[in-house]
Amino acid sequence: MQRFDQDIIVNLIPRGARVLDLGCGNGDLLTKLKRSGVSDIRGVEIDDRCIAACVRKGLTVFQGDIDEGLSDYDDASFDYIVLNQTLQVVHKPTLVIQEMLRVGNRAIVSFPNFGYFRIRWYILTKGQMPKVNFLPRDWYDTPNIHLSTISDFQAFCRTRNIAIERLIGLKSCATGKPVAHFQNLLSQVGIFVIMSEREIPN
Amino acid sequence: MYVVDAVPRIQHYTIDALTLDCGRTLSPVQVAYETYGQLDAAKDNAILLMHALSGSAHAGFVNDTGEQGWWYDFIGPGKALDTERYFIICSNVLGGCSGSTGPGSIDPATGHPYGLRFPVITIGDMIRAQKCLIDSLGIETLSAVIGGSIGGMQALQWAVDYPDIVRSAVILAAANRLSAQGIAFDEVGRQAIMADPCWQNGDYYDGTPPRTGLALARMIGHITYLSEESMHEKFGRALKGGDGYGYKFSEDFEVESYLHYKGNRFVERFDANSYLYITKAMDYFDLPDLTLIKSKMLVISFSSDWLFPPERLKALVRTLRRKRKDVTYCDVQSSRGHDAFLLEVGPITELLSGFLDNVYGR
Repeated sequence: MQRFDQDIIVNLIPRGARVLDLGCGNGDLLTKLKRSGVSDIRGVEIDDRCIAACVRKGLTVFQGDIDEGLSDYDDASFDYIVLNQTLQVVHKPTLVIQEMLRVGNRAIVSFPNFGYFRIRWYILTKGQMPKVNFLPRDWYDTPNIHLSTISDFQAFCRTRNIAIERLIGLKSCATGKPVAHFQNLLSQVGIFVIMSEREIPN
Repeated sequence: MYVVDAVPRIQHYTIDALTLDCGRTLSPVQVAYETYGQLDAAKDNAILLMHALSGSAHAGFVNDTGEQGWWYDFIGPGKALDTERYFIICSNVLGGCSGSTGPGSIDPATGHPYGLRFPVITIGDMIRAQKCLIDSLGIETLSAVIGGSIGGMQALQWAVDYPDIVRSAVILAAANRLSAQGIAFDEVGRQAIMADPCWQNGDYYDGTPPRTGLALARMIGHITYLSEESMHEKFGRALKGGDGYGYKFSEDFEVESYLHYKGNRFVERFDANSYLYITKAMDYFDLPDLTLIKSKMLVISFSSDWLFPPERLKALVRTLRRKRKDVTYCDVQSSRGHDAFLLEVGPITELLSGFLDNVYGR
């Protein structure tokens, strides 16, 4: 399946940027970044089979748990830290986001938007945890423990002095069509570019 | 010139003189080595492999005495170190006892074996000897330096000392220094040898070697190479005869019998003084400054290794990451302890072949 969310993230990152991808999986996003000419790229991944797949692709990856933080990285040692479709599975989202903003000048965070209208409709009509194409698993069988909405994440950033530089709502990962209005209602995926409030350029 | 040998043959190179970290000069120095595969015309497909404490230059294939190499499963056509693509060199370490100059070699000044008159050597000295060998083969760059345990220490030293020669380094079950626990085990092993009356302050070459001491050192060492889990799986509390306890201080348990077997087999092929010298080199090894490294690196730990626990390797990788080195790290899930670097063929092959493909180019 074409992952337009990855393509959009690739387009957000300039060549020459230093990039760290947290939860890089099989290294698909890193490979796309590499092809687009971004060369200083690293990944962190917990699963050893994924590590082997990344090694085969010639990527530089570290096997580790992002919930343990990024304490061994110096402040601002990357231009972009990416957390693509992973926020909802981490145990300590606040710590992970804080660490991303310490180590990176900017963070790109994407997650499935629980505010999407079909999800609201599903709960309203069935009264059960929603199972939709982009959240296909049963409540007892899902790795997702911190699901949120675009609106939730905006509030999260507001209360923590995190500036949202960009928000892109995607109708779906499969079409990559951005949503112009009512993003919390009409997007399946939210992609945020965020940075610490104090670092906003004038 | 370098032909693929179906049966690898040990070869020797002699260095006129080698100046050591301790300040002394050793002359001459013989380096025993084996090679597998063919060096290509551009001489850029060479891989230097380094053995662990008790290993030898015989890393791959089956030699003329019918013995499999210590990394047999990883070397050969289609294997991780593919002999159809790479030219692999493995030499016996300086201070060893399998063909390279060590404390058991004849001291030209006296006409007798060196014994303790052999200078104390370091990991740095070992790789300087290897560098002379590489030079003699006309090799200017190494696609990879690879080693496990003390071999991994050497790989790391190579990457620091010769950053412009080493294109990549693979370090398995090793770190940039030996832990206090590791030094402690080494010292107990050395004391076992030196407490053996046959040791004779190292001058036993004309008489009986300190077999009991060396076997004991090996038994202690061997415990550190296994894990609690692998010992439980392999032996449990199984009794040797299966007929209940003997109510004597003979071998009751399988695990005892196994350690005795390992110890006794070891003394047939290993020199006690070499054990002293090589473990000392291991203890001295400490590379705090990794700034000079330029090569791409692959670091592999094994989850149940308690001689080089994953945390120690992670600490090494963290240091390298902070210095923005190109380092990939994987912790292979294994119950086989430190020895996993010799045994986990599947996961290591997957990582190593993928890594080398990208270094050497498909």
